This record gives sequence, C-alpha cells and structure tokens, in this order.
Amino acid sequence: MLGININKIALISVIFNLIDVLSVILPVLLAVAFMTIIERKQLAAHQRRVGPNTVGYYGVLQPIADALKLIVKETVIPSQSNKVLFYLAPVSTLIFSLLGYDLWGIIPFGQGLSLSDFSLGIFYTLALSSLGIFGVLLAGWSANSKYAFLGSLRSTSAMISYELILSSAILIVIILNGSLNYITIIENQQAIWFIVPLLPVFIFYFIAILAETSRTPFDLQEAESELVAGFFTEHSSVPFVFFFLSEYSSIILFSCITSILFLGGYNMPELFVNDTFINLQSIVLGLKTCIICFMFVLVRATLPRLRYDQLISLCWLNLLPVAVAFIILVPSILVAFDIAPY
Amino acid sequence: MSFARIVGLQPRILVAATRHTPANSILARRLISTSTCAHAEHNLQSNPNEKLRPVHPSATQYDAQSLEEDPYKRGPSAIDKAVHLFFLTEIFRGMWIVMENFFRPPYTIMYPFEKGPLSPRFRGEHALRRYPSGEERCIACKLCEAICPAQAITIESETREDGSRKTSKYDIDMTKCIYCGFCQEACPVDAIVETQNQEFATETREELLYNKEKLLAIGDRAEAEIAANLQADHVYR
Repeated sequence: MLGININKIALISVIFNLIDVLSVILPVLLAVAFMTIIERKQLAAHQRRVGPNTVGYYGVLQPIADALKLIVKETVIPSQSNKVLFYLAPVSTLIFSLLGYDLWGIIPFGQGLSLSDFSLGIFYTLALSSLGIFGVLLAGWSANSKYAFLGSLRSTSAMISYELILSSAILIVIILNGSLNYITIIENQQAIWFIVPLLPVFIFYFIAILAETSRTPFDLQEAESELVAGFFTEHSSVPFVFFFLSEYSSIILFSCITSILFLGGYNMPELFVNDTFINLQSIVLGLKTCIICFMFVLVRATLPRLRYDQLISLCWLNLLPVAVAFIILVPSILVAFDIAPY
Repeated sequence: MSFARIVGLQPRILVAATRHTPANSILARRLISTSTCAHAEHNLQSNPNEKLRPVHPSATQYDAQSLEEDPYKRGPSAIDKAVHLFFLTEIFRGMWIVMENFFRPPYTIMYPFEKGPLSPRFRGEHALRRYPSGEERCIACKLCEAICPAQAITIESETREDGSRKTSKYDIDMTKCIYCGFCQEACPVDAIVETQNQEFATETREELLYNKEKLLAIGDRAEAEIAANLQADHVYR
C-alpha cells in the first residue's frame, strides 16, 4: 500500500518535471525555428531584397517547410566514417546546446519565474556551452573528410580562444556583482544596466559571443569557398538539422544571457492599472533578447569574414590584453573607491 | 566631442551645413553617407598623401622643416585614434549604413507577377516572318545555318513552281541555341528574328525542337511586336 503511494508520488513528480522541461524546451525550439526566418528576412531587408515570402503570410512558415524538406531527405553516411561518432556528434551538440533543464532552466524569465534558482548559474552556463566543442570535434573527425576535419579544427581552436575572452568579460560582471546567480545579477541592475558602466567590456563580450556562436565575421569553419560547409560537410538530413538547431539555439541562448548580464534582464518598473499589477517582465526580457538577436544578424549583414590567422591574432594579441586589463581595472576601481557591493 | 560625432551618427543635414570649412570637410568625409556630395568631396583630394592625414586648418602653413621638428602637430591625436580603435567606429559606421538600407524599400521585382522592361534587342524565342502578302520571307540562303555557332539550325531547300527557292525544312534545336542573335544579323531579308518572348519552357525536350510550322506560327502571332522592335532599333543597325 505504502509502496504504491510512494511510486505514485514519484511518478507525479516525474511528470511535473517533464512538464517543466517541456514548457521551456518547446518555446525554445519554436524560437529557434523563427530565428532562422527572422535572420533570412532581416538579411534580405538589409540587402534590399524581399526574402522568403511565399510560405504562410510573409513567409513565416518557411522554417517549417525547411525542416520538412530536411527531414524527408535521405541520410547519407560516408562509408569511411565512424558511424557511431558520426551520429553521436550532432546529437551531443544539440543536447549540449539545448539541455533544457540545465541551460534554459536556470535563466529567470521573470521574478520567481525560473525552473531552478541556481547559485552557480553563470559557471554552469559557461561549462555547458563549452561542451558544445566536443560535438564539433567528433563531427569533424568521424566524417573522415578533409573539409569536415579542417572545419572542426578551425572551429575548435576559435571556440577555445574566444572562450577566454567570453569568460573574462563575464568574470568582470561577476566581480561587479559578487555573485554567480542570474537573479542577483538582474536585481543588481535595477539602478543602471551594466552596459553603461561596462561599455568597453560589452563590446569585447559581444565580439566573443559572435565567435562562440561562430557567426559571420568569425564563421571560418563554415567558409563555403574553402571548406564547403565546415565540420558538418558530410552530415545530411536529420543530423544536419541537429547542427542547425544547435547553432541557432546557442544564438538565442547567448542573446538571452547577454540581456541578463548587460541589459538588466527582466527588470521593469512596476506597472499598475487600476491597482492591477501588469507583469511585463518576461516580455521585457524577450524584447531585449530580440534586440541582441537583431544585432547578431546586423553584424552578419555588415561584416565580411576574417582570415583565419587574423581571427586568432585578434583574440590573443588584441582582445585578451584588453580583457586582462579590464579584469585588473574593474576590481581596482571597486577597491580604490571602496564601492565593492560585497 | 559627443558620442554621436565619434561614431558618425550625425544627421546628414548637419554634415551638409558644415562641410565647407576645411576641418569639417574631413569630418564629413569620415561620416560616410550614401549621398553623392560626400563622394565628390572625396575625389577632391588630389594628393594621395593628404588623404592619409586629416589636415589641421593651419597645417599647410608649416614648411617641411617644422613638420620634421614637431611630428605631433599633425594627424589625429593619440586619444582620437584610441577611441576609434576601441569603440570600433569604422564598424559602427558600416553597420549604420546597413541599418539605413534596412528601412528602405527592396529593389525586388516580383517576377511572375511583375516584369522588368525588355530591350527591343532582346534575344528570346525565334520566329520566322512573312511578307504582308502571306509569302514566307525566308529564301533558303542558309546564311543563318552557316553562321550559327551552336549549329542549332538545319535547313533544306527546294525550288518552287514559280522558280523561287524556299525552305522545305527549317529546324531550330532550341536546346542547342545559345541565343547569340547571329542568325538574325546574318539574315538578308529579316526572315529569322528573335522575339522578346523568354517564357517558352516546356515539360519535354522534344517540344524544344522547333520546326518551320512552329517558327512561322510564332512569327504570325508576334508579328506586330517584331515589326515594332525592328522599327525601334533600325536606326542603330
């Protein structure tokens, strides 16, 4: 009797957990789908074109048509490839970049609106987002193709290099807050968004997330003219969809983290209409995320691709010294004026 | 120096109003805008060395010796250069232009529904013409067959009862044709012409092997258009 009850409770908690996870993952997947159409439409607008406009109103259903096309395609596996790793690579990339409960789960969408209030939130995000490199490495190696291999080497070294800049920039934010918790960071920005005092940090942080998500000025692993499609040259159909999804979901994730770290997250003055509290916090966070996503595409529309040695030397010779300088400067100011918040 | 000025976000009217003074003309050139004024000003800099350094208004008064003595009197200050470097002003100016274009209408012509203008010289689907009497123009001289670089034209001729030479067979393989228009130019009687029709895609290959009847039918259908195009272009031939 008792055992059955415990099992029931366990089952119910599992179901609730599942609902929790799905309530985050499904909107994220939907957002990823629409991110692709937004990117195409926005690029088109920047280039004075129309973009996809046939499927659905203004082409909004284009990502669904694209996904359908890709899914019904034949999966081609190179005969010389390592089959297990060939399939494992896209799956692991997608899981690491989505990890609903882990990455998106700790992001607060509003006051008290997060799946878990994790005190080491930022570390967790950084750790999991750098795991994505394994998928890239595996994909490049297992495909047994020189293009995929070169692409994966390039993106691995670029991602590892720019991980430094990214974590340095985030470290400065952490120093300013004395906390790794996203909610604390957001609450601390009620007076002023960190983008204002930390504008130079924001600039190199943004460069770093462009490189981390391998977006245009740094998308060397996808240099079509040299490497066909980079590390997923040999992946077709569903494995390709997985890489595609993980790429765009990491864009959205980093946009969200940027808006939390620098743009004040869900902070919003309390709005009352006839003594009714209007909660716009999630919408505000969504808007800020959209603005950063817009910036991603705007940068893609503007800048040409860097040469590979320029990419690496920009990181190690230009950005890293600046980052280190700021890591020294910011705590120095905090100590010198005795304004450290902790 | 305001932030807007550093990153070059000044409204263009301001630029236009101030760009006649020498110092501001340099600034105006820096503020890339899509107006032709800025480009024209750019070309005014005839000396390539002068382009490299924004000239202080009184810099021309320095002689070579004083420039050597005090190199810090010319060119942008170190702070200027550092600001431009660290705040990525060049890149932001580029992004500003891209943003400007974001709000402008697209150039796209919605093709199947909208069509762009076609030149009278446009070389599309072929046609064989007739005289107003209904007689075929073609005299089977085979100049077109001879000149056709893709060898797409095949002609066989016969002599009619009245002694005139006419084609018994005039085939054009439209899959071979490269639409160079040489046949049209070679024809002494303007019999073979290329119409402005470019939408003659077919579902089978065989449909693209045109014979004399097909070509004459096209000519009958499009005679008004062909005549108008020849009339419009005859001055230049």
